[in-house]
Amino acid sequence: MVNEKTIEDVAVKLLQLAVTELPKDVKAALQRAYREEESDAGKTQLKAILDNVDLAEKTRTPMCQDTGIIIFYVKAGAQVENLGKIENALYRATIRATKEVPLRPNAVNPFTQKNSGDNTGRFLPFINWEVTSGDSVELTVFPKGGGSENVCALGMLRPGDGVKGLKKFVVDTLIKSGAKPCPPNILGVAVGGGADIVMKLAKKALLKPLDTPNPDPELAKLESELYEAANMTGIGPMGLGGTFTVLGVNVDYASRHPASYPVAVAFQCWAARRASARIHEDGKVEYLTHEAV
Amino acid sequence: MTVYKLRTPISEEDARKLKVNDTIYITGTIFTARDEAHHRALEFHKEGKEIPLDLQGLAVFHCGPIVKKKDDKWIIVAAGPTTSTRMDLFEDEFIRNFNVRVVIGKGGMGRKTTDAMKKYGAVYGAFTGGAAVLAAKAVKNVKSVEWHDLGMPEAMWVLNVEDFGPLTVAIDTYGNNLFEDIRKSVEETRQKIYEKLSV
Ligand code: SF4
Repeated sequence: MVNEKTIEDVAVKLLQLAVTELPKDVKAALQRAYREEESDAGKTQLKAILDNVDLAEKTRTPMCQDTGIIIFYVKAGAQVENLGKIENALYRATIRATKEVPLRPNAVNPFTQKNSGDNTGRFLPFINWEVTSGDSVELTVFPKGGGSENVCALGMLRPGDGVKGLKKFVVDTLIKSGAKPCPPNILGVAVGGGADIVMKLAKKALLKPLDTPNPDPELAKLESELYEAANMTGIGPMGLGGTFTVLGVNVDYASRHPASYPVAVAFQCWAARRASARIHEDGKVEYLTHEAV
Repeated sequence: MTVYKLRTPISEEDARKLKVNDTIYITGTIFTARDEAHHRALEFHKEGKEIPLDLQGLAVFHCGPIVKKKDDKWIIVAAGPTTSTRMDLFEDEFIRNFNVRVVIGKGGMGRKTTDAMKKYGAVYGAFTGGAAVLAAKAVKNVKSVEWHDLGMPEAMWVLNVEDFGPLTVAIDTYGNNLFEDIRKSVEETRQKIYEKLSV
């Protein structure tokens, strides 16, 4: 039986880890970018980012003031008892983390403009459910900042536009975004499904580690093509010009309707905050992205 | 690219030495101001009322900080820059009336502000977006908070800072605007990228 309190505690821990410490693959990508960046301004910005990340980790302070809206991904084993309790546990964890870490309260009612003050509200925290076989729960937190969210784009292309249209849409979207999403960015690109499915896949693609190649060789090729194209723009760190506009591009797809060709581009800023853990039936917790202290 | 360490009040002459792509670090007094504080300062000026402090030679920081009070003292927890383009509306007047020498923010500013910087001798220093901890670390203490009635993010926080930076000079007094230059050159590569992708 997976204990409700364990879920809550792990979720608080994951939120704290996510906002204060970058996953290793992101840190390594930023360090590499710093080493290889060719523009002076870009290098200066990357150094500042790395120093900031270091300080945040040492002082256990959020690396950016915008700690985002709180999104969870839950892979729940069908044999887990108490599945119905998880939602409440995540809700409580969000309120606790907002106070304890602290996180910036970011849940605003779109009609009254009132901020709830604790990061909860209608559909927030947002939980993406996936039921799998087995008896463990895999929990991922994904606090998503506003600056990079505001430039995400959905394109309902024509099937005739095809993969060429997809590539052009990605390049145009990136050029339009400029300095806004605090580059260097990670891009999540998806095609197919429908308007909602494609954006969901693009957002989820942001969670893939940067150091694991895509197992599908066709997608891997598209990813590296888009990566090179993105870094040809010269937008550079913080839009001040340079080699590294993106740290990585992750592509996913779903089958599409014969008449539709939906494409989505999701942006993640350098503050790529995510953390995951697996909670086993016996209560054992395995942290997957961070070393939990 | 040259690295400069500046101390406030910064003279017009020193501001005019800076060029785009230079890096600067500021020691002394800077103050935060977003839309509301800009607006009020300019209203006061129009009405001939005195504003709470002399801004001559100081740096204005586009930032809505997270501040907490501990034992009666204000402590800056996070102080990342906010998007500067919102302040394009009135930054030219602000520079003209108060003689600030550095404007700190993220994302750059437009033509109107660039022209004012050239005319009155001020530069724009881009601070790394999101680097809130780095900014907070350079703040030695909060000297005062003015116009607190505007709320925590909009109030004018007067900060004593040491080596605040790195700031990349992105607009200088020669009319250069790095963000605009980059946008133009990015636009020029668009076709090349299309060709490379054969789209
Ligand atoms: S885009 Fe990212 S790094 Fe920039 S301010 Fe927003 S959350 Fe922070």
